[in-house]
Amino acid sequence: MTDLLALLKENARLTNAQLAGMLGKTEDEVAKEIAALEKQGVIRGYTAIINDELADPNEVEALIELRVTPKRDCGFDDIAKTIMLYDEVESVSLMSGKYDLALTVKGRSLREVAMFVSQRLSAMEGVLATATSFVLKRYKDKNILIADEEKDERSMVW
Amino acid sequence: MDQEKKLDYDKLLAKRVRDLKPSGIRRFFDLAATMDDVISLGVGEPDFSTPWAIRKEAIDVLEKKKIVYTANAGMVQLRESIAKYLERSISTKYDPEHEIVVTVGGSEAIDIAIRAVVDPGDEVLVVEPAFVCYAPIVEMACGVAVPIATQAKNKFKLTAEELRAKITDKTKLLVLPYPNNPTGAIMTREDLEAIAEVLRGTDILVLSDEIYCEMTYGGRRHCSIAQIEGMRERTILVNGFSKSYAMTGWRLGYVCAPAPLITQIVKIHQYIIMSSPTVSQYAAIVALEECEEEVARMIREYDLRRRYLVEAFNRIGMTCFEPEGAFYVFPSIQCTGMTSEEFCERLLEEERVAVVPGDAFGASGEGFVRVSYAYSLKHLMTAVERITHFLERHKGAQA
Repeated sequence: MTDLLALLKENARLTNAQLAGMLGKTEDEVAKEIAALEKQGVIRGYTAIINDELADPNEVEALIELRVTPKRDCGFDDIAKTIMLYDEVESVSLMSGKYDLALTVKGRSLREVAMFVSQRLSAMEGVLATATSFVLKRYKDKNILIADEEKDERSMVW
Repeated sequence: MDQEKKLDYDKLLAKRVRDLKPSGIRRFFDLAATMDDVISLGVGEPDFSTPWAIRKEAIDVLEKKKIVYTANAGMVQLRESIAKYLERSISTKYDPEHEIVVTVGGSEAIDIAIRAVVDPGDEVLVVEPAFVCYAPIVEMACGVAVPIATQAKNKFKLTAEELRAKITDKTKLLVLPYPNNPTGAIMTREDLEAIAEVLRGTDILVLSDEIYCEMTYGGRRHCSIAQIEGMRERTILVNGFSKSYAMTGWRLGYVCAPAPLITQIVKIHQYIIMSSPTVSQYAAIVALEECEEEVARMIREYDLRRRYLVEAFNRIGMTCFEPEGAFYVFPSIQCTGMTSEEFCERLLEEERVAVVPGDAFGASGEGFVRVSYAYSLKHLMTAVERITHFLERHKGAQA
């Protein structure tokens, strides 16, 4: 990963001027590079990392493992793309190992998520089995500590 | 308690210890410690954790090995790793058996090196601004510390003229601390050639403190004075693991020098220390053999911060030459008309930002402050924001 991407990944709100300073480039060069990365689809978007526990204490999140039957011509793509269409589904990944697709799903209650799984996902053609695990607490997300602040244990001694 | 009152401790204490100046900025640090919400840019140690491979080695050693004394000069395997590392990094060969001793941090290394060569009355040239320990250690050895003030206009490099002007027939040793704490200055091969030219043919030794050797930027590798022709034989090289591998608390460093010097240096070490911490020695082997990539990652991160700060300070009017080493920038505070100490105290009181007054590192540091970038970018940005507010109120106040 380039330094520019690493910096944006850590903090997407850095201004082009700040990025230029850190990278030893001009503001204009940075702006062009970012525009190119966006155009190429390398950068897909910018988002905030939120501590959901504080922002919306009632929201629940679940990790769902899905075993599915791949289709003859398009493998897992077809079913993954169908699942993607639901707003409740935050992420979909094809996995190696004991199951095929990993989903993260958000809802307003345990019941809502459970209903989504049983009524929507399980009923879907090709879905063989589901396993739902609810997230109880998030400690770290996208390399940022969520649960608590990192303490600086160093003292001022030169 | 009654007995204590009868003793005149001042009379009992060694005069040269009583005469040692207390650390000038202790009061300032203590003040910072009493305040809430202080953003500190004051520390001189990495914010990174020691790379995991090193910590894991220490854990394994604690589980599986007896932690006993090692050879006085340090574990043979560690000395061999150090020798290989120095050959890789500065193309200089040291015999692990006779020319290397493993110490308790760079600090002990400096102490025993100075004690081994300084006789009462000997003059030791100390490049300033510099880390605070050299002059007191020289004084403890009954030597005379002679500061050589370097200049901002020379990017705080030592020049041949400055050196020549301070040499007398009592000069025994030159302390050459580059990459430099607090200025971030480095000495390139050309800069060192000029210094070597002055020293060749004299009886002056060099104590080259290269603790920040891994932290050089802009694609330039650190060059040691030991690499310059005719210099290895008069150089006592001091280095350690604290900064390069983020291992400050592990307390491990080393001294390398020609065998006749090391033989004597080891004598002091064996009487005062016996042997350096055993767990740290095992871990340090892993640091030297397996952590090149981790070090490179830390240096890349420091470099981003360095460029951010240099640009930011110059933009807000605290002019700052581009430091090419260590993890400090050393901006001028001239635009405020304040002394370094006044600046630091008011910045702390008004904006809750702690930086270190430049004069703490020698008189020639007056008019500057030391800013450490061993902090996350997020932390640095908050600090710059506060310093900007401070300057808006105080810039041009002297006019």
